[in-house]
Amino acid sequence: MELLFTFGKVVFAFIIILQLTLILLWVERKGSALIQDRVGANRANLVGGILPFNLGIVNTWMADPLKLFHKEDIVPEAADKFLHWLAPWIAIFPLFVTFAVIPFGDILVVGEQVVNLQAAELNLGILYILAMLSLAVYGVVVGGWASNSRYSFLGGVRGSAQMVSYEIAMGLALVSVVLTYGTLDFQEIARAQGELMFGFLPAWGVFYQPIALLILFIAGMAESKRAPFDLPEAESELIAGFYTEYSGSKQSVFMMADFVEVAIVAGLVTTLFFGGWQVPYLYREGFVFPGGFEIALPSLLVTILQVVSFLVKLFIFCWLQILVRWSLPRLRYDQLMDLGWKRLLPFGLVNVAVTAVLVLLLEGKTIP
Amino acid sequence: MTLFWLLALVTIPSALTVVLHRNPVYSALALVLTLFQVAIMFVALDAYLIAFLQVIVYAGAIVVLILFAIMLLSLEPEEPSADRSTLRAWGWGMAALLGIELGAIAMVEAPSVGAGELPADFGSVADVAEELFSTHLLPFELTSILLLVAVVGAVVLARRRT
Repeated sequence: MELLFTFGKVVFAFIIILQLTLILLWVERKGSALIQDRVGANRANLVGGILPFNLGIVNTWMADPLKLFHKEDIVPEAADKFLHWLAPWIAIFPLFVTFAVIPFGDILVVGEQVVNLQAAELNLGILYILAMLSLAVYGVVVGGWASNSRYSFLGGVRGSAQMVSYEIAMGLALVSVVLTYGTLDFQEIARAQGELMFGFLPAWGVFYQPIALLILFIAGMAESKRAPFDLPEAESELIAGFYTEYSGSKQSVFMMADFVEVAIVAGLVTTLFFGGWQVPYLYREGFVFPGGFEIALPSLLVTILQVVSFLVKLFIFCWLQILVRWSLPRLRYDQLMDLGWKRLLPFGLVNVAVTAVLVLLLEGKTIP
Repeated sequence: MTLFWLLALVTIPSALTVVLHRNPVYSALALVLTLFQVAIMFVALDAYLIAFLQVIVYAGAIVVLILFAIMLLSLEPEEPSADRSTLRAWGWGMAALLGIELGAIAMVEAPSVGAGELPADFGSVADVAEELFSTHLLPFELTSILLLVAVVGAVVLARRRT
């Protein structure tokens, strides 16, 4: 029985991430159209247009993946065949397993069973995330090198330099969060955010660590290699950077890796700074508002509300990243390095030092 | 124990690939795999913190830099050159020495460890941090100064050349 629940959790987390990537693909098409005052994907319909609305989302959801996986797979003559085949999988594997430690709900009570809604219950979750994200670099580097093309190679080299640089800023942001909550476990961090500050404000990380939030969000976007940080795949100079020589299903795996990374950044921001699955004033027994007003709710409904809350927040931060991508121009390479090493890194260090002193002053206790 | 042998099944070939493959990029990637396998071994020994640090520091950062250097220098796969007899002799000598050493270790009866119960917070972050920042504070600080000196030295040398 326990095994069944564990299996269910893992499948659920995996479905979230797979479906989210496809939905984001559509949101990006329609969203970019909205931002640029275009109509966007509007040609999907049945039998020559008998439906009054268009089926854009169904198209990106079902037809696009089918199309992508049936396209011809072209491998360049001069490429290193084995590594060229392996690179997309190296790129996506660490990202898929990363999402497993992000909790998508508190607990689910089924009869006697209490299920912790986190696919992998790891008490070193933050270290795990750093470890897996640091492995994601290899997909870019190997893909760029194995293609044996100048454009790909330059993209790969740029990508590795960028990702290694921003990992440090990201790590520092995570350190200050860990100092605040005194734990490396995502579920415990999410639980700690259920309390109230001053009796009415939810104790979310954003109120404790606003600077860490900014650093993490910027560094996370740089890690996902999307505009304004898309130098590794800058199409105006490098065609498509490290995946110039990829086509068909392998290229779509790289594309998917980008969206999974967007989802991971959104998941991190949600869990560490916006309460994860928390709904303000919602507790295990129901709502308890600051004025003393209470609404009792069944446990199952509370769990469902929390999972929905997590998904909504996750989606909002994915959308925010898409919005940034389509609003800002690409950074120049020296600006990129300046931002990482001369802005984010010093700010991160100062933030860690200030947080440490504050935690110490508050009698060495963790803040909430 | 079964897990150990299963891991060895992957670790040893990948470690051999690091040394034997003629293409430096393959060697570096095999090194990543080897380090990852060692990290899994640490997990099997309940040393989760060491396992994650192994992946973050070695597999995730150091080998990326090695790979970066290999690619920027665009090292070609090695061609076996004719004049290698001295190198080969050295290699065999070192291998023999290692073999003798390993044999000697195997001869000495290993003290039985691992059978006992581990304390509940063994290898936890708090535990390791406490050890590191109290008992071993001086070596820790010395190591960080050493690393800082190395970084500053590298920057100075790189600056001078340009």
